[in-house]
Amino acid sequence: MDAGTLIVTLRTIAVSGVATALSILVGVPLGYILARRRFTGRTILLGFINTGMGMPPVVVGLIVWLLLIRSGPFGGLELIYTPTAMVLAQFVLATPIVIGFTTASFQSLSPQLSDLLRVLGAGRVRMLWLLAWETRLGLLAGVMAAFGAIVSEVGASMIVGGNLERSTRVLTTAIVTETSRGEVERALALGVMLFALSLAVNVLLTVVQQRNRP
Amino acid sequence: MAIVKRSSCLALRVSLPVLIAVLVASVVVARQRPSIILATTTSTQDSGLLDVLVPRFEMERGIEVKVIAVGTGAALRMARSGDADVVLAHAPTSERSYVNAGDLIEGRVVMHNDFVVVGPPNDPARVRGQRTIAGAIRAIADRGTFISRGDESGTHTQELALWASAGIDPREVPRREETGQGMGATLNVAEQKRAYTLTDRGTYLAQRRRLTLEVVFEGDPSLRNIYHVYAVNPARHPEAKIAEARQFIEFLVSPAIQQAIGAFKREQYGQPLFIPDAQPARR
Repeated sequence: MDAGTLIVTLRTIAVSGVATALSILVGVPLGYILARRRFTGRTILLGFINTGMGMPPVVVGLIVWLLLIRSGPFGGLELIYTPTAMVLAQFVLATPIVIGFTTASFQSLSPQLSDLLRVLGAGRVRMLWLLAWETRLGLLAGVMAAFGAIVSEVGASMIVGGNLERSTRVLTTAIVTETSRGEVERALALGVMLFALSLAVNVLLTVVQQRNRP
Repeated sequence: MAIVKRSSCLALRVSLPVLIAVLVASVVVARQRPSIILATTTSTQDSGLLDVLVPRFEMERGIEVKVIAVGTGAALRMARSGDADVVLAHAPTSERSYVNAGDLIEGRVVMHNDFVVVGPPNDPARVRGQRTIAGAIRAIADRGTFISRGDESGTHTQELALWASAGIDPREVPRREETGQGMGATLNVAEQKRAYTLTDRGTYLAQRRRLTLEVVFEGDPSLRNIYHVYAVNPARHPEAKIAEARQFIEFLVSPAIQQAIGAFKREQYGQPLFIPDAQPARR
């Protein structure tokens, strides 16, 4: 593996890793609230979130691009064609996935469990933590689905990142470039890297998920 | 369980013949109409020229053209691997080695346009005052940001030749980035990053409406962009459709189409995008 491939791989891990982490920070609490509270429009909202779980990345990319270009509403931030813009687009893609999985996991827990924990004196944050541990199978499945979706996504990264060799080229966009250059062997090698990266992350999370399970 | 099995069996029994019928039909339809694969550069596609020429060819000759718009490097490699029938490219130096190797035959000059250096209107690297292209390149290396195609296209090859003629190693220019994308996307990046880039005039004119980038250097003889069309050699690649390829080449160099190339979008931009160059066939 040459230095270029290594840098692109590390950048891919960094961008999609940060986007996944942010989507967990935002998505798990939101999913928890959606699972436990009843309010009007909740089902409709869940419907929207479930639709968001399958949003086309190119469309998300286009919208983020329109927001961030210099003539757009957030153009002054000069974020377009930076890794930050890619993190933002991938965060938008990953968060509904995390929320959807989180809501479903928490709702599948027995309601008596949270009553029991309350009786035992658990506070709000401790309650979220204990229930999250109890339902880690579903939560980690959500994290894997989110990471898998954004690390393999090419449309949004290409549009908002610009595929710049020194700053925003990731594995998927590099594969597009090498293929259009006719460098099929390099493209294939990058594809193998992407697969290996996905495999490593998922095996790691699966080990955590399945630990202490009968 | 048994019910599920039976119903899926039924679904299979219904869908399989349909699937086979569709496959057979598509093969029959494909047989009815001959088609060729044209490997070409993104600039011919992005300018919209092929959108005018290809439908006209398909209508006049009854041959379908599948246009694969990639960088010149990839287009030439498609010829070498026999994945194309006709190649329309604009990197004469790279093309020559494929002609010498016997992959491409019956090459004809079709047209030319030229490359221009575009940059931000305030021209921070002061390229406008430069008399030579080498001077312009050095000014950008010293004081500007440069966005490169970096996709081994004809434009990228041309850019690398310009760095070489200015005696600069582009890898050592700190503010030079490669997009690995087509001309349209690269112009977008240059626009947003307030950077310079090398573009063919056609793509720039086609997108000028939404760009603030301006031409800061033009007219050097080394910036001429010549398009050749070739057939893929059936002696090396037996699957190449030489008869249909010849028809396409004849079509491109025919007087009527040459005139159409010269007139393409001339009124809209006040200048021609492409200047027809085809000479009568050498016999």
